Amino acid sequence: MKTILVIGNGMVGYKFCEKFVAKAEASNYKLIVFGEEPRPAYDRVHLSEYFADQNAERLSMAPRSWYEENGIELITNERVTDIHRKNKTITTISDAEYAYDYLILATGSSAFVPPIPKIEKEGIFVYRTIEDLDATLAYAAKLKAQGGNKKAAILGGGLLGLEAGKAILDMDLSASVVEFAPRLMPRQLDGDASKVLQGKLEDLGIEILLNKGTQKILGDTAISGMDFGNGDILEVDMLLVSAGIRPRDELAKTCGLEVGTRGGILVTNDMKTSDENIFAIGECALLNQMIYGLVAPGYDMAGVAVAQIIGEEASMPTEIDMSTKLKLSGIDVASFGDALNEKKEGESIVYENKFQGVYKKIVVSKDGKSLLGGILVGDASDYSMLHQIFLNGLAIPENPEDLILGSRGGEGASFGSVLDLPDEAVVCSCESVTKGAICCKVEEGVDTLKGLAAATKVTTGCGGCKPMVQDLLDETLKAAGKIVKQNICEHFDYSRQELFDIITMKGIKSYDEMLDKHGKGNGCEICKPALASLFASIYNETANKQEVIQDSNDRFLANIQRNGTYSVVPRVAGGEITPKQLIVIGQIAEKYDLYTKITGGQRIDMFGARLDELPKIWKDLIDEGFESGHAYGKSLRTVKSCVGSTWCRYGMDESVSFAIEVENRYKGIRSPHKFKGGVSGCIRECAEARCKDFGMIAVEGGWNLYVGGNGGANPRHAELLAEKIDNATVVKYVDRFLMFYIKTALPLQRTAAWLEKLDGGIEYLKNVVINDSLGICEDLDKEMATLVDTYKCEWKEAIENIEIQNRYSHFVNSEEIDSNLNFVPLREQKMPELWEA
Amino acid sequence: MSALLEKYFTTNVDEVKVWFKAAPIDKFPENGGACVKYKEKQIAIFNFTREGKWYACQNLCPHKMEMVLSRGMIGDDCGTPKVACPLHKKTFSLESGENLNGELDAIAVYPVKVEEGFVYLGFSE
Repeated sequence: MKTILVIGNGMVGYKFCEKFVAKAEASNYKLIVFGEEPRPAYDRVHLSEYFADQNAERLSMAPRSWYEENGIELITNERVTDIHRKNKTITTISDAEYAYDYLILATGSSAFVPPIPKIEKEGIFVYRTIEDLDATLAYAAKLKAQGGNKKAAILGGGLLGLEAGKAILDMDLSASVVEFAPRLMPRQLDGDASKVLQGKLEDLGIEILLNKGTQKILGDTAISGMDFGNGDILEVDMLLVSAGIRPRDELAKTCGLEVGTRGGILVTNDMKTSDENIFAIGECALLNQMIYGLVAPGYDMAGVAVAQIIGEEASMPTEIDMSTKLKLSGIDVASFGDALNEKKEGESIVYENKFQGVYKKIVVSKDGKSLLGGILVGDASDYSMLHQIFLNGLAIPENPEDLILGSRGGEGASFGSVLDLPDEAVVCSCESVTKGAICCKVEEGVDTLKGLAAATKVTTGCGGCKPMVQDLLDETLKAAGKIVKQNICEHFDYSRQELFDIITMKGIKSYDEMLDKHGKGNGCEICKPALASLFASIYNETANKQEVIQDSNDRFLANIQRNGTYSVVPRVAGGEITPKQLIVIGQIAEKYDLYTKITGGQRIDMFGARLDELPKIWKDLIDEGFESGHAYGKSLRTVKSCVGSTWCRYGMDESVSFAIEVENRYKGIRSPHKFKGGVSGCIRECAEARCKDFGMIAVEGGWNLYVGGNGGANPRHAELLAEKIDNATVVKYVDRFLMFYIKTALPLQRTAAWLEKLDGGIEYLKNVVINDSLGICEDLDKEMATLVDTYKCEWKEAIENIEIQNRYSHFVNSEEIDSNLNFVPLREQKMPELWEA
Repeated sequence: MSALLEKYFTTNVDEVKVWFKAAPIDKFPENGGACVKYKEKQIAIFNFTREGKWYACQNLCPHKMEMVLSRGMIGDDCGTPKVACPLHKKTFSLESGENLNGELDAIAVYPVKVEEGFVYLGFSE
C-alpha cells in the first residue's frame, strides 16, 4: 500500500481525488488530503453566489461523507508547514508527521494585494474564500447600520472583480470598479468590447473607473478613500481587492523545489516538479512559464498527475485553451483563442450594435480559412460552436462574417451541424468529455440530457455545454432515425400536428374513437389533455364535454392549488374593472372566505375554494355579469394593457379599448399552451407587451405588432411581425399567427419556443401570415372566425347543467367535506397549512 | 401526517371481511374516478370502462399528502393500468399501487366488485 498526500483541498485538489478514486488501481493507494480552510473543497468559480444566500453547502464540491465513502482521509483546518524531501515526510502546524510515496501540491493561489501604502487599513478585504466573504458581509452590514449612502470600491476590473461589483450592489452599497488598465478584463477583451461591457455594467449601476493607479489609501483607522494622485480622490467606505492571484509556492520554496522567478512551482508537462515524487497542479503550478488561473486546465493537470502515478501515459498539451465564457451580472461575456490577435496571424471582423449592447469579433487567419479567436459581449449564444470551430480547426464559411452575422439570404445555418465536429472535440471542458464519448453513450441507448450527465458528467460543471450537448443528443438520435417523429406518447405514433390533421380530415369526435382507430392501449396523462386541447381547438368544444381526458385544472374549470382546493379567476378584459365589480368580487370572496390577490395579468384571483363550492361561487359571479377567465386553461389568459391615450398624457392610442377588444376576441380558445397578450399605448411600454405571446405598441402611424415573447423561466422578447398597421390589420395578423401556432406547435409548447424552433424564424412567419407564402391564410382566417363565433362561457354552461354540477362533490356517497383541509392565518387572510419538507 | 398514511393498506380479495356498498355505478364517470368515504378513510374508485374493470386505491397522494387521487387521469403505462395525481403527475399502478415514475412508497389498493348496479369496496376490517 502506497501513500499519496494531497496538500490543498480546493477545486483542483478535489478533482485529483475524484479522478484518482475512479481508477481501478486506487485500491493500492492510501489518500490523505490536507485542507487549510475549515470546510471541504467548494466551488470558487461561483463564489459570488454566496453573497446572495450565504449557503456554503450549495457551493460544496462533495460532502465529507464522499471522502469517507471513497476511503480518503480528509484533514481540514490543518496547514502543512514543512516538506522533508529526503525522508519523504511532511509536518503540519500541529506537529503531526506523515510519510508519503507521492506528494501532490494543490495549494492554489492567494489574492494578490498590490503594495499600496496603507492598504492594511480596516475595511479592506480580499475576495478569495468563504471566510473572506463572511468578513466582507459583516463589514457591509456594519456600514449599513450607520445609515447614509455607503460606497464600496473594487480594486481590479478583471473577471472576479466584475463579479464582485454586482455582489456589492446587491448588498445595497454603491459600487465602483477601479482598474489600472485602460479597459475591463484586459486579458480577455479589446477596447471596444470593454466599452460595450462597461456600458452594460453602468446600466446596472456599477461605476467603472479606468486608467486609475491607486497611490495611497486614505483614512484614520478605517478606509475613507482612495488617492489616485493629482488630487483625484474617490471616497469609499470599503474596498474589495481583486487584483489578480499569486501562486502559493512557499512550501515548495522552503523545501528547495524549483520555482519561477515571479513565483509558481516549476513543472514539466507531466506535472512533475523538480522532485519526481512531487507533483504540482492547479494555480500553484508554473507550466510553460504560465500560471493557469482557470479551472479547466487545473482539472486537466489533476488528470495528468493521476495518470502519471498509476503509470498511464498522459501529459499536458503544449497549447492550453484559455477560452472563457461567463455571465457577469447577467451579461454574456466570452473570449476564446487569440482574441486580441496578439500573434498578429490574423485579421479581425467586428460586429457592434450599440442599441442592443452587443459586440462580436472574430480573428480569422490571413488566408481566410481558419478561426483563430474571438470575443463576444452581450450575446454569447454562438460561443459553443465558435469555440469548437476554433479548437478543432474546422473549415469556416466562405464569408467568415457569417459566423457572427448568420447566413443572410442563403439557405441553412452558417455553422453546419454539431455532428460535423470531430469525435475528439472536447464539448465539456470542465470534465473533458469529447463529442465522441457523448455520441457513443447516445448510441448505447442513453436518450436524455439527465442520463448523459449521469453517464459522462457532462453539464455538471459550469453547465455552459448544455445547449451543445442537447443538440448532439437530438442530432445523434435523429441520425439514428429515432426521434424524426415526435410521437406524443406510447399510445399514439403521431406528432401533435399529425393528430390535428387526422382529427380534421377523418372528422373524429372523441378521444376514445381516436384511440380505437389510430392509437393503442388506454391512454395516459400526456395524450389525454393533448387531444382534449385539439378537440377544443378544432370544434371549440368546452372542457365540460369530455371531462375525464381534461388536464387537472380543465377538469374542474379551476386552478388546483397546493392543498387540493381551487382558485377562481373571473375575466377582467384588459384589466378594466368598475367599482361595482370590485365590490361584488369582494363580497363573494368574503362570503366563501377566500384569499384574494391581484394576478400578474391585471385581474383578481380568489384562492381556497373547495371543489363543492366552485359551482356556487360561479353562480354568484355569473349572476353579477362575470364570466370564466380561463385562468385554468391552455388558452388565452389576459391581454394586459396600460391606460393609454384615454387618460395618459403620453398615450398615442387607446390601448385599453384595443386590449378589451382583443381579449374578448380570443377568450376561450384552446391552444397547445397558455398564451398572453399585451397592449401598450406608447413606446414606454408600460404593459410589457413585448414579453407576451403577442403584443401591440402604439407608435406614430399605427401599431407595431410583436409575437413570440415570453416571461417566465426563459424570458424572450417578442419579435416584430409588422410595423405601423391599423387595428383591423393587427387583428388579421394575430388571427393567422395564433391559428398557425395552434395547428403546428408541439404539446405544451409556448409561442416563444415554437417560434425559436420554426425553420426560418420570424422572417418565415412574416411570409406565412403577411405574404401568404403557403397559401393557407384563407383557411386560417376561416378557422379563427369559427372559433371566435362559437365562444361560450363554460362556467355558464356548467351551472346550467345539473349533471355537470354533480361532478363537484368531494365524496359521491356523502355530503361531508374533506376533513383533511387545514388552513392557517396569513396577514388577515388564510393559506393552506405548509407541506412537510 | 404519517398517521394519515397508516390508515391505508393494500387489501387482497381473500382478506375481505366487509363489502361496503359505496355508490351506484352512475356516480362514476366512464374512464374516470370519484371519491368515496368509508369510516375515516377516503377511497378513490375508478371506472376503467375501456377494459371493463373497476379499481380502487387510497385518495391520498403520498407525495404531498393531499386527498386528490380520485381527481386524477387514468390510463396505462405499457399495459399497467395507472392513475396520475392531478397535483404533480406522479403515477401509480392501479393493480399494485407502485409509483411508476418515481421513488414514492406504493399506495394502498382495494378490491372492487359491482353487483346490481352498485359498486362495493372490500375491506379487511
